[in-house]
Amino acid sequence: MKKVITGNHAVSYGALLARSQVIAAYPITPQTQIVELLSEFCASGKLNAKFIKVESEHSAMTACIAASATGARTFTATSSHGLALMHEMLHWAAAARLPVVLANVNRAMGPGWSVWTDQNDSLSQRDLGWIQLYCESNQEVLDTTIQAFKIAEKVLLPVMVVLDAFVLSHTSEPVDIPEQVMVDKFLPSYELETKLDITNARSYGALTNPDHYFEIRYKIQKAHNEALQVIKDVDNEFYEQFGRKYGVVEAYRCEDAKVIIVTSGTISGTTRGVIDEMREQGRKVGMLKQKLFRPTPIDELRSILYKAQKIAVIDRNLSFGHSGIFAQEIKSTLYGLAGAPPIYDYVIGLGGRDVTPDDIREIIDNTFKAESPHDTIIWRGVRL
Amino acid sequence: MRFTVPEKELMFPGHVACPGCGGALAMRMVLKALGEKTMVVLPACCWTIIDGPFPMHSLQVPVLHTAFETAAIAASGVKAGLDIQGKNDVTVMAWAGDGGTLDIGIQALSGAAERNDDIIYTCYDNEAYMNTGIQRSSATPKGAWTTTTPEKTPKSEPKKNIMEIMIAHRIPYCATATLSYPEDLINKFRKAQSIKGTKFIHIYAPCPTGWKMAPDLMIKICRLAVETNIFPIYECENGIKYTINIKPKNQMPVIDYLKLQGRFSHLTQKEIEQIQKSADFEWELLQYRASQDFTKTKTYNHKLKNNQKLIKCITKCND
Repeated sequence: MKKVITGNHAVSYGALLARSQVIAAYPITPQTQIVELLSEFCASGKLNAKFIKVESEHSAMTACIAASATGARTFTATSSHGLALMHEMLHWAAAARLPVVLANVNRAMGPGWSVWTDQNDSLSQRDLGWIQLYCESNQEVLDTTIQAFKIAEKVLLPVMVVLDAFVLSHTSEPVDIPEQVMVDKFLPSYELETKLDITNARSYGALTNPDHYFEIRYKIQKAHNEALQVIKDVDNEFYEQFGRKYGVVEAYRCEDAKVIIVTSGTISGTTRGVIDEMREQGRKVGMLKQKLFRPTPIDELRSILYKAQKIAVIDRNLSFGHSGIFAQEIKSTLYGLAGAPPIYDYVIGLGGRDVTPDDIREIIDNTFKAESPHDTIIWRGVRL
Repeated sequence: MRFTVPEKELMFPGHVACPGCGGALAMRMVLKALGEKTMVVLPACCWTIIDGPFPMHSLQVPVLHTAFETAAIAASGVKAGLDIQGKNDVTVMAWAGDGGTLDIGIQALSGAAERNDDIIYTCYDNEAYMNTGIQRSSATPKGAWTTTTPEKTPKSEPKKNIMEIMIAHRIPYCATATLSYPEDLINKFRKAQSIKGTKFIHIYAPCPTGWKMAPDLMIKICRLAVETNIFPIYECENGIKYTINIKPKNQMPVIDYLKLQGRFSHLTQKEIEQIQKSADFEWELLQYRASQDFTKTKTYNHKLKNNQKLIKCITKCND
C-alpha cells in the first residue's frame, strides 16, 4: 500500500510492522511524531505493545535494555540531546549484547539550541558497539527500520537507524508500506537464547574481573565483523520479499569516475541529481553513499574508492580539533593501499544550514581543480 | 499463631559482604518473604559486589545488573518485558542503596512512581556511599562523619526524607523496616507483593564498616534506631493512611544510639541535644499523621484542609 508519509511516520510504521513489544521513549523535537503515532497505534490496539512513557531518554534506553533482557522486542526513538543523555546506556545495550533498535533523528547539539540537522549526535556514539545505518529517503527509513530488528536479533547487537532532521523527518514522500503478513514472514518472532528466566537463576552484567572482561569485548568486535555479512544477507532477503535493496554502500555512477564524492543521509539525494547533470556534461564523477557506518564496510569502500583519482568526502559533522568524521574513516580505510587517491574533506551544513546542488557542484569543481588537499578541512559556506 | 521466618534460603553463603552487613541480611530476609518467583534489579551499590563477581552468583533468583541511576526504570522495563510475554506472575524488585535512591536514582524512581509501575522498590539505606569508601550521601544524618565530611566539618544538613517524597507520589504502599524486626519486615514485603503498582520500602541497613562500630552490634543498633525514634517503623497506604507498626515500649535517648558508632564520636553535648530535639519532633509529627485517618474525611481530596492541620501541628511542635 502506497501512502504519502513523513520520515518520522516511516519509522513508526517500521516499528509497528516489526511488532515491537516494548517501546519506551521521551519526546524531543524533531522525533516527536514517531512516538505520537506509535502511541496511537498502541491506543487503538493496532500494536500490542507496552509503551512506557518515561521521564527521560536515559530511562528510555534503560527500559529497552531491561525489557530486551527478558526476550521482548524493544524499540525507542530519539534525537540529539536525547541520544547524548542515553550515552551511558547505549554502552550498556551493546555490551549486554541486546538487540535494541533505536531511530535517531540527526539534530545538531547545543548550545546554541538548534533543532536542525547535522550528524554530530549519532557520530558521537561511534565507539560503543552499535550498528549505525544512515538513510536517504522515507522508503529507506521504513525498510531499514524493519531490517534493523532482523539484523539486531541475528548478531545480538543494538542497531541505530539514522535519518536527517526535517529534511527527512518532517518531509512527506510516497512510501510503499508492506503488508503485515509479508513482514511477519521476513521478521518472525524471535527467541533470545539467554534471558532473564525465572526457572534459571542467572545474574547478568555482574562485576567482571580482568580475567573475563577482555574476551567479552573481543566478542563484540567479532560480532561486528560477522554483522557485515548478516547486514548484506538481510538486505538481499528483503529484496527477495519486497523488491527493494540498499546495499551497505551504494556506488552511483562510479565505474570510470575520476572524482568520487562520498555522502551519507539526504545529501546523497542532492548529490545524485548533480552527478546526473555533470555526467551529461561529460564529467567523470560518481557518488559513494555510505549507508552502513558501523561496522565499517571496509572491502566495499576500498574496492570502489581505490579506482578514483580523487575523493571528496562531505561531512555534515566535525570532530573538533581533528576533521570531519566520515573523512577520517575513509582515510583510515584506504591507509596503506599503494597509490590510494587523495582525500578532500568538505565540512558543510552544520546546524542544518542548507546543502544545495550549487554547493555540491562547487565541491566537485574544486576537487577536480585542486592539486592536493592542503588543508585538513575544506570549509563550505562558512561566513567569516 | 506463632510467626516463623520462612526456612527456605534464596541467598547462599559465599557472598562477599563485610561482617555484620545489614544489606546482606536484609536481602536474605526479603527473598524469604518474596519467594522464588522474584527477579532482582541491582544498580551500582554494595550488592553489585556482594552477589559475587562473574561467574559467581549468590542468589537463587535471576539478577539484572544495571547502571547506578536506573534501578527503578530497569525494574519497570523487566516487568513490561515479562508482561507482554504473558509472564505476569513474577515479582520484580529494584534493590538500591541510599545513594542510588535518594541521590542519583531519584529521577527514575519518581518517574516509575508517577506511572505507578508494578514493581517493588527497596532502598537499603546505610547512610552513605559505602561501596566507594564511605562518602556522604543525602541519606547521611546531620553530624555524621564520612570521608567527604571529615570530623572537623561533619555533615551539616539533615537526612533527606525519602519516605515523605515517595508518600507524596501517592503510590499504593510505602513502608520502613529494619532487621531487628524481621517479622514486620517479612510481612511488609508480602503485603507489597500482593499490591499492584509501585511499592517503596525503605530498609534501615547498618554498615558496621562505615559507621565505625563492631559488626556484632548490627541488630542492636537497628533496635536502638527504632527505640530512639531515629528510624521509626511505619507504613503509609495510598499516600494518606499512616500506621506506626512498631511502638517502642522503652523510649531511649539518642545518645544510647550515637555512642556506639565511631562516626558520631566527635559530637558535642549540644549537638547531641539537637539530634534529640529533631528526633522528638519528627516522632511527634509522625504520631500526629498516624492519628489522623484522612481516608475518612468528607472528600478524599480535602488536601488544603489537611495541609492546614499539618501546618498547625508543625507550628505547635516548633513552639
